[in-house]
Amino acid sequence: MTKKILISDPTLRDGNHAVRHQLSREDFTAYCKAAEAAGVPIVEVGHGNGLGASSLLVGECRLSDDEILSVSRANLSKSRLAIHVIPGFCTIKHDLAKAVDAGVDVFRIASHCTEADITDRHIDFVRQAGKEAFGVLMMSHMASPAVLLEEAKKMESYGAEAIMIMDSAGAYFPDDVTERISTLVDGLSIPVGFHGHNNLGMAVINSVAAVNAGASIIDGSIRGFGAGAGNTQLEVLVAVFERLGFETGIDLYKILDAADIAEKKFNPVAPYISPMSIVSGLAGVFSGFSKQVGQAAKDYNVDSRDIFFGLGKRNAVAGQESLIIEVARELAAQKYSLE
Amino acid sequence: MTSFKKLKIAIIGTGNIGTDLMVKVMRSERMICTLFAGRNFNSAGMKRANALGVSISDRGIEAIVNDPAICDVVFDCTSANAHIEHWAILSQIGKTVIDMTPAKLGELCVPAINAEECLVTGARNINMITCGGQSSIPIAYALSQVHDDIEYIEVASSIASRSAGPATRQNLDEYIDTTQEAIKELTGAKHAKAILILNPANPPIDMQTTIYAKIAKPDLPAIQASVNAMVEKLKEYVPGYKLIVPPTAEGGKVIITVKVIGAGDYLPEYAGNLDIINCAAIAMAERIAASGNLTDSNA
Repeated sequence: MTKKILISDPTLRDGNHAVRHQLSREDFTAYCKAAEAAGVPIVEVGHGNGLGASSLLVGECRLSDDEILSVSRANLSKSRLAIHVIPGFCTIKHDLAKAVDAGVDVFRIASHCTEADITDRHIDFVRQAGKEAFGVLMMSHMASPAVLLEEAKKMESYGAEAIMIMDSAGAYFPDDVTERISTLVDGLSIPVGFHGHNNLGMAVINSVAAVNAGASIIDGSIRGFGAGAGNTQLEVLVAVFERLGFETGIDLYKILDAADIAEKKFNPVAPYISPMSIVSGLAGVFSGFSKQVGQAAKDYNVDSRDIFFGLGKRNAVAGQESLIIEVARELAAQKYSLE
Repeated sequence: MTSFKKLKIAIIGTGNIGTDLMVKVMRSERMICTLFAGRNFNSAGMKRANALGVSISDRGIEAIVNDPAICDVVFDCTSANAHIEHWAILSQIGKTVIDMTPAKLGELCVPAINAEECLVTGARNINMITCGGQSSIPIAYALSQVHDDIEYIEVASSIASRSAGPATRQNLDEYIDTTQEAIKELTGAKHAKAILILNPANPPIDMQTTIYAKIAKPDLPAIQASVNAMVEKLKEYVPGYKLIVPPTAEGGKVIITVKVIGAGDYLPEYAGNLDIINCAAIAMAERIAASGNLTDSNA
C-alpha cells in the first residue's frame, strides 16, 4: 500500500520573509495558478508571520491581508487556501473573522512550542466557524519530545485537527525529527506534520525521517522560498517522495514548471545556505532574523556571527527582533572598551 | 502625629496580580487590605493572604455584596469577562473600582499621563489598560508631546512565559484591542498596533517593550528630553522602569526600548509586566486616599 502524504505549501507565506514581505499581487496570482495546476493540496498565504503581523517589528507587508486573501482565493479552486496566525499578533475579531469571510479553508494557529494554551480561543473560533484548524508548534527544537507532546495534546483538546511541528531555526538532524514525530504520533489521535528549514542542509532528509516516523503532512516551498536558508524545497520533496513510493497527488512535471515560474516571477535567486544561515542553525535561533542581524552588524560595526550566538545565548524567539539591536549595541560597547 | 483614615481595599481575584497587589497594599501607609476574595482557599494567593492576617473569602464578589461597608475601593483582578458582571454589581453599590483586566469599561488610566484627570472626573471605574500599555503608552505619549500628528504607533512587549497566568493567556485578544485603543485615545495617533510575545526563555527574561513611531522628520533632541522627563515621572511609582535603547531614528521611524524589572514583592523580579500594572494601580489608589474622593461607605 502506498503511503499518502498531504503536502502543504507555504511558499506565499514563509517566502514573504525572504523578500521582506514584498510579494506582489502578480506574484500571488502567478504562483497560485501554478500550484493549482500542479495539484498542490494546500496553499498557504500571507505576511511571513501570518495575518495581522505586518508591523515595524517584523516588517511591513506590501499588500494588506485583505488583498492577499482576495487575490489568492480568486486563483485557487481545487487547492485549499490556508493562512497562518500567531495569537499575540492577530486577533479573532480583526483577523480570523475576516479570513473566514474571505473563504479561507485551513487555519494554522501557531504558538511558540511551549505556549500552546494561547491558541485555545482561536482554534475554538475556527472550529465553530466550521473551518479546518491545525495547531502549529514553532521553534520545536527548544522543547523535549515529552513537552512537545504535552503542548500538542492541549491543541488537540481545543479542537485542532492536525499538529505541525516547525524546525524554525533549521536546527534538527534526522534522529531529532524521528524522536519527536514518533512521540507525537503515538500520543495523539490526529495527524502529525513537519515543517523544515534548511540551515544545515537537512530539510529534505528531515522530512523523509518525519514521514518514516509516521508524519502524514509535510510542508514544502517552491525553490525553498522561505525565511533564512529557506524551507524544504517542494519540487525536490515531490521528486524524492515519488521515488520512495509516497503518494502526494502532485504532478512532478507541473511542480517543476512552477519552480521555473517562481524563478522568473519572484525568486530569481533561490535561498541558499549562507554562512549566516549556518550560524543561525548552529545557534538554534530563528532564521528569519538574518536580514536584520546583517543590518545591525553593519550599523554597529560588529560581527553578525557574534550577534547570532549572542541571540542564541539569550534563547531569542521569533518576534524578539528588538533584541538584535540590544545585542549589537552590547557587542559594540565591548569592542570599543577593549580598543 | 495626626492619624488619617486608611483607604479600605478589597481585592477580588487571588492569582498573581491580586496577591502581589495585596502585598503592596499592606506596605502602603494610606491603605489597608480589608478583604481578599477568590474562589479557592487552597490557592497560593489565599494561603499567603491568610498567613499575613488578611481577611479572606472564597465567595468572590458576593463577599462584598454581603458586607458593602467592608471596603472603599475594589481592585478587580479577575478577567475581562468577569469584570463586566462585577462592575454591574459594584456600580450599584457605589464602589470605586480599579479594573486590572482589559475590559475597558472605565476611564483608561496611565498615572504618569492622566491621573489627575481621572480623579477630577470622579471616575468610579478606573481601567489600568494592560501591562504592556502601562510600559509603552507613557513613551508614546512623550513622543506625541513633541510631534502631534503621528500617523502610526506600534508597541511590542515581550514578557516571560512564566509571568503570564491563565487569565492573561485567555485574554490575549482583549490585551491587544485595549492597548491599541488606549494608545490612540491617549496619544492622538491615527493608527496603533500592539503585539505581545510570551517568551519561554529560561532563566526568564525581564519584561521588555519596544515603541515604534512613524515620524518623517523626528526632532530627536526634543524627543529625548520629552522621553527622559517621562521616564523620571514613571520611576516615581515604578522603581524598576529603565530606558535601555534611547530614542533612535531609523528610516522614517523612531525606536525606543524600555525594560521593567519588578519589585519582587510577591512575584519574581522578571515579572516586571505584573509589577508595573500593579504599581500603577497602587499609585491611583494612593491618590484617591490622599484626595478623600471616596465612596459613601467611607463616611
